[in-house]
Amino acid sequence: MIEARGLYKAFGAVKAVDGVSFTARDGEITGLLGPNGAGKTTALRMLYTLMTPDRGQVLVDGIDAVIDPLGVRRQLGVLPDARGLYKRLTARENIDYFARLHGLPEDLLKNRRDALIAALEMDDIADRRTEGFSQGQRVKTAIARALVHDPRNVILDEPTNGLDVMATRALRQFMLRLKGEGRCVLFSSHIMQEVAALCDRIVVIANGRVVADESPDALRAQTGEANLEDAFVKIIGTDEGLAA
Amino acid sequence: MNTVNKSPRRSAFLTVFLKEVKENLRDRRTLMSAFLTGPLLGPILLVLLLNVTLNRELEKAEKPLPVPVIGAEYAPNLVDALKVGGVVPGAAVADPAQAVRKQEADVVLRIASDYGRAWRKGEPVQVELFYDSSQRDANTSVERVTRLVESYARQQGAMRLVARGMSPGTAWPLQVARRDQATPQSRAVLLFAMLPYFFVITIFMGGMYLAIDLTAGERERQSLEPLFANPVARWKILCGKLAAICVFSIVSLLITLLAFAVVGQFIPAEKIGMELDLGAHFAAYVLLLMLPLVLLLAALQSMVAAFAKSYREAQTYISLLMLVPIIPSAVLSFMPVKAQAWMYAVPLLGQNLGIMQLLRGDGVTGEQLVLCLAGSLAAALLAVLATIQLYRSEKLAISV
Repeated sequence: MIEARGLYKAFGAVKAVDGVSFTARDGEITGLLGPNGAGKTTALRMLYTLMTPDRGQVLVDGIDAVIDPLGVRRQLGVLPDARGLYKRLTARENIDYFARLHGLPEDLLKNRRDALIAALEMDDIADRRTEGFSQGQRVKTAIARALVHDPRNVILDEPTNGLDVMATRALRQFMLRLKGEGRCVLFSSHIMQEVAALCDRIVVIANGRVVADESPDALRAQTGEANLEDAFVKIIGTDEGLAA
Repeated sequence: MNTVNKSPRRSAFLTVFLKEVKENLRDRRTLMSAFLTGPLLGPILLVLLLNVTLNRELEKAEKPLPVPVIGAEYAPNLVDALKVGGVVPGAAVADPAQAVRKQEADVVLRIASDYGRAWRKGEPVQVELFYDSSQRDANTSVERVTRLVESYARQQGAMRLVARGMSPGTAWPLQVARRDQATPQSRAVLLFAMLPYFFVITIFMGGMYLAIDLTAGERERQSLEPLFANPVARWKILCGKLAAICVFSIVSLLITLLAFAVVGQFIPAEKIGMELDLGAHFAAYVLLLMLPLVLLLAALQSMVAAFAKSYREAQTYISLLMLVPIIPSAVLSFMPVKAQAWMYAVPLLGQNLGIMQLLRGDGVTGEQLVLCLAGSLAAALLAVLATIQLYRSEKLAISV
């Protein structure tokens, strides 16, 4: 479970995150929806302790991110906005590197890595150097290395960004599978369809603030719009920066 | 969901270190710079340079020396004396000053037309030597001709005194006896003043591409953010990276020491009365003196690279940083100072002084060694701490 309580973060005069609170529960997919520049990435970066909030608290499985950042990172699998792989290493070596940084013992590492390679259908690329990988192959490798330590909580920043239709479909299936395994899945997106199709709970962010935190059905009921797209536009007040 | 397991785990430090080494062993540019061009450039350059200079000096000292002589007909005896000394008198030139300046001749001799008359009267006469002292190349020739003319003059003077029944000693009440205390080794030092810089540059180039790749490069490729999402303290990651840089630098240094040892055999140092020992003893001391410097440079390079936004920017900064170690070598070779004890504690300067002493054959005292190692190590630790501090910055991980 991931809890954000009253997060604030400013860069100079720009208030990137201006009071964000929400909870992402186990066995659910929580979507962080908002237009580009709404503060999604900054909010997520505070969750995985890359940034320290100016104010507010982050709890992951009850561990406070300020008190025990390493403990929080141990509970998290993160696909950040930056997906950089090591291009002179193979996909397998990329995954192993992160597994060892998580302190995985060698035999468990092998099992977990091979299971993920199978689950993500990346056998054909596992022993190739990642230089020249397609966007989809890169995301797969990045996800495998983020999940190799078998985390309870998974944070994905715009996971389908730049993927084609097939890769997007596969990724959505994979996220549903993670949910089925009882994990807490939190992902950000500016694509409404995606959020609507996957999420148990939708947190809408605009201008650094949470403007709605509901199930998709409740969101429709609240706005009185039958169509989710119209509901979002009504909540945010503009359709700028959103994609269907 | 992790299960308890007894299978071995690799520490974070070792994981980072091994990964960086493996990754960089796969990069041709890094390998070339660290193990080929970096360490071999110095030795090859030195041998070429030395062979050219030494051979030129040797040739000049023995070879027939052509000298245009103006008015040779007025002083046949003087010209004969010069011929005995290896000078080949050439045809007169119209404008001796111009000839020298245009480097058509190293030196031109002009004998005045009243030379014969004055000589017979026993009056002092003047001969003129035209040369350009800014042409270092010509200096040996000028000296040779000067010496020949002067010794001819002294000889003739002595004969005149004898003819008047006086002892030649009357005219030279004082005689200087030169006692040069330079040993063959210390003479070599003058030529090898830049040697310490070669070692520093080798260390520098050995680690340079790694340092850039492991901070600026990783940030540019956007892999620093996922890396920092792992449950490993950033200082541990940095230490693993520094260790990888240090290992590459040390291997570079070892290669260059080996190359110098081999190359040392081919330097014709003994021909000009020098002695050069670049063998195992020398190499071991250099390695020891340089160890703290390896860490210092690794930390400095990482620090500089961490400031840069991109690989290219880091490369520019680091090239500028490369000029810093040249300062002690340059200062020492242009204005030799008497070494004070505290100077050994100054990083770079201490190593420079130590290596020069080794070359001179004096060896390094225990006190100097301790000062040198302690001073450089302290500086290295400070640089590491500063880099760790820099690594804690929130902005470091964020790729633009």
